[in-house]
Amino acid sequence: MNLHPVRAIYMAEMARTRRTLLQSIVSPVISTSLYFVVFGAAIGSRISEVNGVSYGAFIVPGLIMLMLLTQSVSNASFGIFFPKFSGSIYELLSAPISHLEIVIGYVGAAASKSILLGLIILATSGLFVPLEIAHPFWMLTFLVLTAVTFSLLGFIIGIWADGFDRLQLVPLLVITPLTFLGGSFYSIDMLPPFWQTITLANPVVYLVSGFRWSFYGISDVSLAASVGMIALFLAACLVAIGWIFRTGYRLKP
Amino acid sequence: MNDPIITINGLNKTYEGGFQALTHIDLTIHRGEIFALLGPNGAGKTTLISVVCGLVNPTAGHVLVDGFDNITHYRQARERIGLVPQELTNEAFETVWNTVSFSRGLFGKAPNPAHIEKVLKSLALWDKRNNRLMTLSGGMKRRVLIAKALSHEPRILFLDEPTAGVDVELRRDMWEVVRQLRDNGVTIILTTHYIEEAEEMADRIGVINRGELVLVEEKAALMSKLGSKQLTLNLHSPLTEIPAHLQRFELSLAAEGYELIYTYDGSQEEDGHAISELLTALEREGVTFKDLNTRQSSLEDIFVDLVKERA
Repeated sequence: MNLHPVRAIYMAEMARTRRTLLQSIVSPVISTSLYFVVFGAAIGSRISEVNGVSYGAFIVPGLIMLMLLTQSVSNASFGIFFPKFSGSIYELLSAPISHLEIVIGYVGAAASKSILLGLIILATSGLFVPLEIAHPFWMLTFLVLTAVTFSLLGFIIGIWADGFDRLQLVPLLVITPLTFLGGSFYSIDMLPPFWQTITLANPVVYLVSGFRWSFYGISDVSLAASVGMIALFLAACLVAIGWIFRTGYRLKP
Repeated sequence: MNDPIITINGLNKTYEGGFQALTHIDLTIHRGEIFALLGPNGAGKTTLISVVCGLVNPTAGHVLVDGFDNITHYRQARERIGLVPQELTNEAFETVWNTVSFSRGLFGKAPNPAHIEKVLKSLALWDKRNNRLMTLSGGMKRRVLIAKALSHEPRILFLDEPTAGVDVELRRDMWEVVRQLRDNGVTIILTTHYIEEAEEMADRIGVINRGELVLVEEKAALMSKLGSKQLTLNLHSPLTEIPAHLQRFELSLAAEGYELIYTYDGSQEEDGHAISELLTALEREGVTFKDLNTRQSSLEDIFVDLVKERA
């Protein structure tokens, strides 16, 4: 592997983040803080504890996961879509660089940014609610694995999208609803039994549950199911990206 | 000079919709030459370059770059190539310095600020190094694309319509840059609409039409082989028809009989004798002239004839 191209892509993507600091970092932090104000302080004070955890603290892992999923997808999709849109992708495709190096550069940068944001939001939430992290190793593992997996998904969306509208389609119509309905703001045992069963078909439930377990030791599904689901996602994204590069789908005529 | 640096064999490209853009292209580019690829719009010039550079998958055939297959040994092949695309494609918000440095890294080279500085200075971009690309003129953006292509010190440079939309002064500057690159051992392949450009710069010329390589020839040989010459005599008195004794010469009348035009093959030694004979015959017929000039057909004439012939 040649690290120079990976470094070049990674640094260029991180430089884009620095150029758009307000949009990249400040905006997600503000919107997450607003969730805390509304759900944590205003509404949360009227909600009793969930599984022995105050409601404000209960939603922290879900909020981080919500931001992690949406930001990973949007960062990675925009990172590869923009060169396609501007035409400068010719340079990437004509460079002596392997598919793996391209993916590491773009996905690595998108995931780094999401992880950084996740940690910033974690620190911000500490200002609003008392936090405890029961399993720091697992917390970081979930954070990194989720960021990488959904950055891979974003990369696929960026290649698939042939316009800005499509770029927003999956994050807005798929990721956000699944995250809201995936137990970010509630425990699924608060739902009627029928909806509990339906909810188990939502893959985000497993991510939120595993992440919440790493904080408070409480979960909706087993740790193995959460790890298995994210591994499945990761494998599916890697297979899809392998196919994209092998066939040149939406990249090479 | 005849050491091959790019060898293209049996290259075909049919796009998904069924359009055949390239039909069995066989072509060898020699190390250190400037090769001009001429052809009308949609002839297949850009597709051919794109296949060599790895932007388009070929349907059949293969390409060797300095002995390396451009698909199975893409790293070795591509690191030797720099590509300047036809479209002005740039990351608008980046600075000149950053975008050129990025290209060097992307092509697997360690950072080398001294080289980037040299490239920017050679293209008169040094003063603009901290400018964002969106603030540059079209000509400057074109130079940035060339700088990006040269950032990783390629041995082969593809220039796809390098001077399209560029003013005359800048065009001449770019020709000078290209010549300097050739003098430094870089092989240049350029596509162009400007016949003048090919005529001015190329060592060899290939003409592509409807996806087929119609002809590949040394420029001088091509001009001499296919180029004809014309001798135009401005007559004192107009002629209504070619005098009978002059019928054996290939003559025509123009400018309402005031111009007598003799078309001949400039490459033959006997043409010189033919001109003397024509002038003697004219004197004998009492046809006098006040001025004369000769004109060799340009590459443009040759190109138009070739393309028309195959249409």
